[in-house]
Amino acid sequence: MALGTAERPLRVAVVGAGPAGFYVAEHLLRRADLVADVDMFDRLPTPYGLVRAGVAPDHQKIKAVTAAFDKVAAHPRFRFFGGVELGKDLSVADLRAHYHQIVYTTGAQTDRRMGIPGEDLPGSHPATEFVAWYNGHPDYRDCQFDLTQERVAVVGVGNVAVDVARILCRTPEELAKTDIADYALEALRHSRVREVYLLGRRGAAQAAFTNPEIKELGELEAADIVVVPAEVELDPLSRDALEKSGDRAGAKKVEILQSYARRPPAGKPRRLLVRFLVSPVAVLDNAAGAVGGIRLVRNRLVASAIGAIQAQPTGDVEELPVGLVFRSVGYRGVPLPGVPFDDKWGVVLNERGRVLDPDTKQPLPGEYTAGWIKRGPSGVIGTNKPDAAETVAGMLEDVTAGQTLEPSEPDPAAAEWLVRQRQPSYISYADWLRLNELEVARGRAQGRPRVKFTRLDEVLTALGNRSRG
Amino acid sequence: MNIASILATKGDKVFTIRAEQSIREALVVLAQHNIGALVVVETGMRPIGILSERDVVRAAVKNEAVFALLVSQLMTRDLVLGAPGDDLGAVGQTMVQRRIRHLPVVDGGKLVGMISIGDIVKAQRDQYQGEVDTLQTIVMEHGH
Repeated sequence: MALGTAERPLRVAVVGAGPAGFYVAEHLLRRADLVADVDMFDRLPTPYGLVRAGVAPDHQKIKAVTAAFDKVAAHPRFRFFGGVELGKDLSVADLRAHYHQIVYTTGAQTDRRMGIPGEDLPGSHPATEFVAWYNGHPDYRDCQFDLTQERVAVVGVGNVAVDVARILCRTPEELAKTDIADYALEALRHSRVREVYLLGRRGAAQAAFTNPEIKELGELEAADIVVVPAEVELDPLSRDALEKSGDRAGAKKVEILQSYARRPPAGKPRRLLVRFLVSPVAVLDNAAGAVGGIRLVRNRLVASAIGAIQAQPTGDVEELPVGLVFRSVGYRGVPLPGVPFDDKWGVVLNERGRVLDPDTKQPLPGEYTAGWIKRGPSGVIGTNKPDAAETVAGMLEDVTAGQTLEPSEPDPAAAEWLVRQRQPSYISYADWLRLNELEVARGRAQGRPRVKFTRLDEVLTALGNRSRG
Repeated sequence: MNIASILATKGDKVFTIRAEQSIREALVVLAQHNIGALVVVETGMRPIGILSERDVVRAAVKNEAVFALLVSQLMTRDLVLGAPGDDLGAVGQTMVQRRIRHLPVVDGGKLVGMISIGDIVKAQRDQYQGEVDTLQTIVMEHGH
């Protein structure tokens, strides 16, 4: 009997309920020529990964993608096991005993370090921790950020850096219309932050933010955007690159920034200073053992032989008196217990989504990966769809070739029984849909999209404290 | 998107050859892995040249005894190198312009991988597809 038929469905475990996991599930469940069961696990009780815990609360439109994930989850052969962690509640060996194929879609869970002195002083944080905190991620809800500081530096000009700077500049009234975590809204209500620096290593033309993002920064209710004219002048290298590539969006981005450089300040209570061509070289001490400033070196742009525009330090330094630093200079995956890891790129060791044996560099039967833990952190939510398609194509080839795991317990009931033993209070998709309704109802009362549950005990209480043990 | 995001899904494999090896040996490696070029390295994975199938084809036209030649006799020494953090847009542009099909990537002087123009085209297609998909989803799902 062929695997992947109604008599003998392909059993797949997906570890990680973010966009990559849902796109893998979608590609498997939508095929007319395949019968597959997908069990999705997440260490958090709630699904959607960074769409819930990463995408900024004032960008609700982007979160609309979850409606597409809910459609996938409504498939009768899909199950969700929230609050179940690989390496703690289940091992890779457990998964191998219950599934023909395993897909790791756990994302890039940690940030890159700047590698400069003072980086670990109190008051210097990964931007991702601040993001997880304001988005109500259960692991970060108790983080503390010193919002009595008046000046903040955000290192980086990617979308996370831009989100952090924008949230710091929003008024409590603006934030109160979002689904920002309740405690974060309260903390930000008392924020004394007056100046936020966004620090880009290269020039305006190379900045990773998109035009809608940079336009939004110019339209903040209570913050003036400030740009140094000399830093957004188009240098010959960037001009040449923009012309050759015909990149109109890139040219427009520079124009928008130049228009900000000419704009007289409106005297709003906060200032957002977007700086280019600077790299931090040290986080400075305030003599009381916490962040008191940041030392920057000015950069010039150079082109490598292959045409890549890179920042080169000039030796000119300056210091900004900031009391809080958020670094957002890139992300990295973390190794999963029992899964080969490629330390060089910070991803699961893989070739086009097939997990490789670290010794032989040959595919491990039945193990795959997709999303940021496969390729590193790049692209938008939708980029994970073609990425997942590549992985699924490999999975189906291997099914045809008979190269799958041979689970001793392929019965869906056996997997569910195991989860019940290990994590009796796991969250099903039906549970999540109820939680979602409760969150939305709590939000409606306050004119907000939702009010999130941010603790597991809150979640369990809301669901009636049931145990499946 | 940068070069690192391409190398991350290539399974830590870099196909290399040494200058003193024969063209026959080089062709075996090319055929075995179905690839178009090999990076010629010295000790410590320091790249000193590149040998492409085209280099061999060009030589074969003139020389029946091409198999016995050494890699050092046919390799291109004028190496253009990439770095993991290089933007794909700029790199792809230059590769097309200068007709470079394979780009060795070094980090701290050490070879860490190679990307082809095909890899860049695929990565950029996936990126655009992803952006279109995200926009379509926002338009279709929002306001239901």
